[in-house]
Amino acid sequence: MKTDLTIVGGGAAGLAAALSAIDPQLNILIIEREPRLGGILNQCIHNGFGLHMFQEELTGPEYANRFIEALKDKHIDILLGTTVIDIQKKTDFEITLTSEANGYQHLTSKAVIIASGCYERTRGAVQIPGERPKGIMPAGSAQRYLNMEGYLVGKRVFILGSGDIGLIMARRMTLEGAQVLGVAELMPYSNGLTRNIVQCLNDFDIPLYLSHTVTDIKGKDILEQITIQQVDDKFEPIPGTEKVFEVDTLLLSIGLIPDVGLFDSLQMKKSPITKSAIVDQTLMTNVEGLFVCGNALHVHDLVDWVSKEGEKAGKTAKAYLLEQKHEEKDLKSIAPGSNIRYVVPHLIDYNHLTEPIQCAFRVTKKMAQGQFKVVQNGEVILLKKAKHIAPAEMENLIIKPEDLKSKDPIEIHLEEIV
Amino acid sequence: MKELTCIVCPVGCHLSVDESLKVVGNRCPRGEKYAIVEMTSPKRMITTTVRTTFEDCPRLSVKTKEPVPKSLMFDILATLEGIVVEKNVKIGDVIVADACHTGVDIIATKSISSQGVNL
Repeated sequence: MKTDLTIVGGGAAGLAAALSAIDPQLNILIIEREPRLGGILNQCIHNGFGLHMFQEELTGPEYANRFIEALKDKHIDILLGTTVIDIQKKTDFEITLTSEANGYQHLTSKAVIIASGCYERTRGAVQIPGERPKGIMPAGSAQRYLNMEGYLVGKRVFILGSGDIGLIMARRMTLEGAQVLGVAELMPYSNGLTRNIVQCLNDFDIPLYLSHTVTDIKGKDILEQITIQQVDDKFEPIPGTEKVFEVDTLLLSIGLIPDVGLFDSLQMKKSPITKSAIVDQTLMTNVEGLFVCGNALHVHDLVDWVSKEGEKAGKTAKAYLLEQKHEEKDLKSIAPGSNIRYVVPHLIDYNHLTEPIQCAFRVTKKMAQGQFKVVQNGEVILLKKAKHIAPAEMENLIIKPEDLKSKDPIEIHLEEIV
Repeated sequence: MKELTCIVCPVGCHLSVDESLKVVGNRCPRGEKYAIVEMTSPKRMITTTVRTTFEDCPRLSVKTKEPVPKSLMFDILATLEGIVVEKNVKIGDVIVADACHTGVDIIATKSISSQGVNL
């Protein structure tokens, strides 16, 4: 099997990438592990997707459906229920697939877009002490059980971490008849969108314990009891602040990590902060012809931004394939400066700079008011003011080619306005 | 003066409403509308699932077509408890009409058919 462009993942990023890469000259293939397209949107039955893409609020399945409908009668091949198990880069990419229907398959592709999403951190990642009963699982897994299979995983629930999935599951399980006793958040601020704190916790009087974490778990076979404790500014538990809850379920909403472990054989350079590939403004990695987008590149808080990034990857992959641009790159860094945790893209390729650079980034602390500064050679070349800045909310900034004063590296800083 | 966080969209504007229902802090007109409704008769969208007889899709996701009174949320969910979908459904089809006399229909947010789910 031979193809021009292979897209790994048929979720929000992969679908948008496929749509924007369509061209009569190109054979495009989407490979999806699940038996249907849509990815994680299929289990996100709640409302609020699509405001930026469609100027209306849709549920996850409705949002996915817009893209799936748009793909119908288009010249795109789709392999469902198929898992990529290896990708090697020779002259072209050599991809090994497996599926129940066809067994092992091999395929070569001229370019690859990784749109494989992210995975949830589990109990082991934060080393929660205590016994190891059943009843402890990532919030997204509980969401899948409930919304797709119809199983409520517990009746007395506590949630560790105030990420959006945890908050949404607090509401969802309450609506299905479970009692959610509280949400503990290690940081002094919530990690979820403020609207989710309001409509998922406040609406149902679910307490949010900021600067708290789970410090003990009891239960022989199934979870019986958890203990939470307040933490100091070094995140050490403060003795005497223990609160005990009798629960049968502990849901974890403690972070998402791009799911790119499969692609280690490609030797793409990675960022220790985003745990995914380092890319330039075309979303290409250091491996020629390999692009990464969506939550596989860095974790977004809105699916709309995932789709936009997918579109970008589809467009630049198409240009790469059709225009056969193999000239040398002139790569310089786009570095995170003061109060900025990371910036994507990480690099700017001055030899292929034709369009404005869409920078997505996260800050390191909460601020009521601040200004973002783009600095080149010590000179501020772009300034943007913002209000209610928070680490949980991704920021965006567009740098136009004419803003750039030279072909030197740039930095993005955040300054607080008091 | 009351402080509210707008829940209409993920932006989450910080709104202030005074006694005469004057709203500030909203970045779009929907924020003003939300704040006034929230102060007078709060409403919410309900999104949930109903049972189906389709083996590869045991639950069909549904939503209220419009926001419904917050106080009726659990009553509406109770009426969906007994629903079992046996026929093919298209996205947007009405699953329950006029839920709890609110005048609001419950509609499918996914298409399902015996030929398999979407595509």
